[in-house]
Amino acid sequence: MSMRRLLRSGRVRAGLIILAVFLVVALFGPWFVDHVLGMPAEAIDYDALHQPPGGRHPLGTTNNGQDVLSQVIVGARSSVAVGVTSAVLATVLAILVGVTGGFLGGRTDQLLTMFTNLFITMPSFALILIVAGYVQGVTWMVVAFLIGIFEWPGGARYLRSQTLSLRTRDFALAMRVLGETRSRLIFSEILPHLTGIISALFLRAMVAGIMAEAGLAFLGISADTISWGTMIEDSRNQSAIRLGYWWWYLPPGLCLALIGTATALINFGIDELSNPRLQGKERKLVRKFDKARRRAHLKKTEAAAQKDAAGRVMVG
Amino acid sequence: MLEVSGLTVDYLTANGPVRSCNGVDLTVHEREIVGIAGESGSGKSTLITALTRLQRPPAVTTAGSILYHSPGHEPVELTTMTDGELRRLRWNEIAIVMQSAMDCMNPVMRLGDQFADTLRAHRPGIRRQAVKERTAELLQLVGVPADRARSYPHQLSGGMRQRSLIALALACDPRVVVMDEPTTAVDVVMQRQILTQLLSLQDRLGFAVVFVTHDLSLLVQLADRIAIMYAGRIVEEAVSDQIYRNPFHPYTRGLRDAFPSLHAPMGELSGISGNPPDLRNPPSGCPFHPRCPQRLEQCDSVLPELLPIDGRRVACHLHTTPQEEISR
Amino acid sequence: MSPTQSSAADVVLEADHVTKHFEISGGLGRDTTIHAVEDATLQLRRGQIVALVGESGSGKTTLARLLAQFYPLTSGQIRLDGEPVRTKHEFADREYYSRVQLIFQDPFGALNPQKSVRHALERALKLHHTFNGREELEQRMLELMERVNLTPAADLIDAYPHQLSGGQRQRLVIARALAVDPEVLLADEPISMLDVSIRLDILNLLRRLRDEEDLAMLYITHDIASARYLANTVQVMYAGQTVEGGPVESVIQDPQHPYTKLLIDASPDPESALSAEGSGDLGEPPNLADPPAGCRFHLRCPFAMDICKTEFPKRSELGNGHWTHCWLHAERPQPTTES
Repeated sequence: MSMRRLLRSGRVRAGLIILAVFLVVALFGPWFVDHVLGMPAEAIDYDALHQPPGGRHPLGTTNNGQDVLSQVIVGARSSVAVGVTSAVLATVLAILVGVTGGFLGGRTDQLLTMFTNLFITMPSFALILIVAGYVQGVTWMVVAFLIGIFEWPGGARYLRSQTLSLRTRDFALAMRVLGETRSRLIFSEILPHLTGIISALFLRAMVAGIMAEAGLAFLGISADTISWGTMIEDSRNQSAIRLGYWWWYLPPGLCLALIGTATALINFGIDELSNPRLQGKERKLVRKFDKARRRAHLKKTEAAAQKDAAGRVMVG
Repeated sequence: MLEVSGLTVDYLTANGPVRSCNGVDLTVHEREIVGIAGESGSGKSTLITALTRLQRPPAVTTAGSILYHSPGHEPVELTTMTDGELRRLRWNEIAIVMQSAMDCMNPVMRLGDQFADTLRAHRPGIRRQAVKERTAELLQLVGVPADRARSYPHQLSGGMRQRSLIALALACDPRVVVMDEPTTAVDVVMQRQILTQLLSLQDRLGFAVVFVTHDLSLLVQLADRIAIMYAGRIVEEAVSDQIYRNPFHPYTRGLRDAFPSLHAPMGELSGISGNPPDLRNPPSGCPFHPRCPQRLEQCDSVLPELLPIDGRRVACHLHTTPQEEISR
Repeated sequence: MSPTQSSAADVVLEADHVTKHFEISGGLGRDTTIHAVEDATLQLRRGQIVALVGESGSGKTTLARLLAQFYPLTSGQIRLDGEPVRTKHEFADREYYSRVQLIFQDPFGALNPQKSVRHALERALKLHHTFNGREELEQRMLELMERVNLTPAADLIDAYPHQLSGGQRQRLVIARALAVDPEVLLADEPISMLDVSIRLDILNLLRRLRDEEDLAMLYITHDIASARYLANTVQVMYAGQTVEGGPVESVIQDPQHPYTKLLIDASPDPESALSAEGSGDLGEPPNLADPPAGCRFHLRCPFAMDICKTEFPKRSELGNGHWTHCWLHAERPQPTTES
């Protein structure tokens, strides 16, 4: 019901389309690169080292003669995979901890809140670095897991406070007075009210995951697979910025920015839905009305003035 | 003093305009208490905000005029006034008291500062000491201790906040005070206290009051004249006593009977059946006809006009159609 | 049948000297105690409506929620059919709620905005009854809706709360409570959020339910005129203390406690004109975090005596079931102390 209203917003649609494009790229990109472009991301074109965009390589090549477009497309897969996996993990943890604590209250809630606060205060990025340093053969799953495990506390806190207030709303109390079961109260009465928040949390976690993956790769912690993060890291390693090979680091950077923008657009839409003051349509109508009225008023006074003038002429 | 005619207010929505005030005519005389009664959605609050030109989008005044008469001046038209002119008129001539004091006051400003702000804005050049004295005087007027001027709104009880708001409205000696359910948020004892205070202030200072509420029995006690609104229109307007003792419009009668009495002998009361009208899709003819116990044939097609009869105004075919036609 | 004549066997649910203090932690060890309900006694009898009248903060809603087992008591006892009810933490079991139901003040808030009429009724029915198949369930839902005049039932059953009018929503809330076939209905200001013209309809519905289904009902209100219309007996609360009670006509036409008098005098009454006279300060209820000792009304009472400031009076019977807690009617304690 509210989904349909959400889709009516142009911003939300734009955001969703961008995300969908990246998802398709992540799913079919590697196949497309190998079989359609015929330019595997790792293949080296010795005739075209650090070429600017154009010709056989629409986005140019790296220092080693690898096609940037292919790398961006292939890199999308691990970036998105890390983002989505870490977001799923973070969101599930946030729901488990936040909703449980908020709903049950009492001792359980105190314990979970303490646990959440503990995680919030931990210097997550540094910890990830340290843990990753110990793990042999980092795969994208490990990266996703590490990111996800530090991504949930903020969401959990928010969900807890929301659940707490939902739990004491009259409709939830009314269902309790009917003797409704605990699991039904949570899953049927309370959780559906949180879907908007949960989807916003998920999107945010996904972007954060993709960014964190890029950041970690930049610091040298990554799987062997190509991702946007490793691309930027490689370009930095080879002094691409100093040498002016902008086509190397700009495309993956832009992709990161684009995903961030897309989620921001969707979150705006969710906001607009839940906060009726932001709804723009009615304001537009009023502005139109005001303009029309002012014009009418102007015409009237003009006509009156003319009549007045005419009257004066007659008298004169 | 105030002359409203044909006032029409629409709420612009994406699905077309919703008319919540429809051709309202109303006059307010000097030193008079005019009550406006109606249920939610009857347009009474819309009328008030339009009257004081305080309505916010998406509400817009689409037709009608509001003339304000003051002695020694030409009558002024409120609907075409600019914001600047309106600002001069408000507080000095027309003051407003809203339902919830908490929403009208600045929560992070001491009460005294809010008074000072209002006084300075409308009395340029007023001295600091004079502001202080006036604030104390105003608060005492409504029975709030003057030292409360140093409190923040949330430190006051609901009753005190509401009384302070009335004091604030009186800050610049207005000639009309418009009140939108000013006692709905307070308890009965406080309500009584505020109302008796209002009466004695009105007696002393001589302003006129437009009082809006859903509580007809309260209005009968308080007002000189009462207008009953239904679905954006005034359906009956008469002296309070007539509204209570001998209502003409079936809706007025239903509304009167909807309040159980405290002392009179009492049987089963019936109230008004059915649901309030949906303004997005108003009934044809008389808007009350689907709920009316005395419906006539033409009621669902012909909209009755608000016509003067026996010293009152009523919009009902029962009273405006000649008797022989009804029996036919 | 007047309540004095009815036997104790009619009592379904009763509160016996119930007290509730809420502990509110203000952080930094600044805990405050809200003395919400003090030593309240109340009996709900089959086929009778008791009105609990008071201003906001008088503890009337808390008392109703205590009867609905929202929170544990500080002291006192609640008995159902003479059996003490004990709940450990908060909320009773389904067994209790199959006999005692609560109606909320705000019908819009009491309904999940995302759930249809069908959901509300279906859950209530399924939790407390068993059905042979969908058809029987469907039949029962439609019956319930008819019973509270939520019609046309077949059209409205798939509606969502926002598609209903205020009156229809409250009818649905009542139907949902009735779905469990309760013996006691606790109605917490059921009409105060509704439009004036439909309030009477709801009151008439409650009256009918009392008569036809022999329900015991608690009607909480700040509107003493509606209490007179609906209830058999009335109890007046002030700042957590019960100050007066008895048959409705006796209390309203001949109030004995100064607060009851004030409340009745202050209620809008079109029969008497309002005058600017006597616009004196009538005072305001005390802060329940730090209530005055003795009778909590003594700060506003025109007849306050020294003893009112220290000791809350015992209940004095005034005959015909009418009683009050007021030193004006109570026997003063002997000045000599026990030794």
